[in-house]
Amino acid sequence: MTNETIQQKIQDKFGASVTGFEEPYGMLTFEIAADKNIELLQYLYDEPDLAFRFLTDVTVVHYPDDKGRELAVVYHLHNLVDNIRFRFKCFIDIENPEINTATVLFESANWQEREAYDFYGVIFKGHPNLKRIMNVEEMDYFPMRKEFPLEDQSRTDKDDEMFGRGGSVI
Amino acid sequence: MARPVRFNIHPKQTDIHDNIAIAEMPDGLNGEGYFATNLEKVVALGRKNSLWPLPFATSCCGIEFMATAAATYDLARFGAERMAFTPRQCDLLMVMGTIAKKMAPIVRQVYMQMAEPRWVMAVGACASSGGIFDTYSVLQGIDQVVPVDVYVPGCPPRPEAILDGFMRIQELAGHESLRRRNSEHYKKLMGSYGIQ
Ligand code: SF4
Repeated sequence: MTNETIQQKIQDKFGASVTGFEEPYGMLTFEIAADKNIELLQYLYDEPDLAFRFLTDVTVVHYPDDKGRELAVVYHLHNLVDNIRFRFKCFIDIENPEINTATVLFESANWQEREAYDFYGVIFKGHPNLKRIMNVEEMDYFPMRKEFPLEDQSRTDKDDEMFGRGGSVI
Repeated sequence: MARPVRFNIHPKQTDIHDNIAIAEMPDGLNGEGYFATNLEKVVALGRKNSLWPLPFATSCCGIEFMATAAATYDLARFGAERMAFTPRQCDLLMVMGTIAKKMAPIVRQVYMQMAEPRWVMAVGACASSGGIFDTYSVLQGIDQVVPVDVYVPGCPPRPEAILDGFMRIQELAGHESLRRRNSEHYKKLMGSYGIQ
């Protein structure tokens, strides 16, 4: 099994909803319409000569300038028998950040999706327990979104110059 | 080349005669068979020289504390060898390390479980001010949740600095009035942290 054969199979099955195939650093990467994510995962799981049965990671990237497709949910998969990995992305709108949960197929997606929700506010529809996992429960924003500054805003007595936030230090 | 190894070939005889640290006697009247001083001074003497620390070590500064408590620096010299992890028995909360916001309520709870009189030492930049972690997940100094008596600067502070901080706590404990913890001022301070 090579990247080409995987790409061929997926294209045959999903046609126009998969786009943007590329191989950065030799790792197959592509994009699929957000509503097809579970269908694709199921297909990859069931198909005997693909057998991607290990969900390595679910992460999110925020592209604030890409209107209507600001959040990219990235799934990393691994075929443990042939030791092949690849990833695919689903772009969703930040105004309506909803996507189907992968917990229907992978138990391990439970915490990974909670983390993605915690930091980016992606709503995984059908997730059994979608609440914050890392941050304090009272937190009212999603800290990894680009519009929020990294620095803690609660401390007012820190000298901004010493902390590289403006002032005369560039 | 082999590394030169120094052996302790001229061991020093231990000098225990007239070389035992004894706490200074408080001022008072003494004469044959009696010594009179005031209660406050005696209590302060006792408190100062047997502080029981509660080490709350969450990250790298905790390692420095381990060195402080070990043989070379030997915190026991100050009467503080009795570490305990039971807040109700301890006098001194030593917070050493980064306190994440999720950890803050626990620091506070540990503090509230300690019996009066209690002191708090913030060891290292993180416990004092958040340190290098000026970020959404880290508490920007434990003085946002509990009152702090002594701050030890450094990232991490050397064991000498921790000892220095400890001696400053001793200083505070040794000079504290017995009425301080009942004073209006103190109640107000606790009130400002929402602690009864
Ligand atoms: S002050 Fe420095 S050494 Fe201490 S806990 Fe923070 S980062 Fe670690």
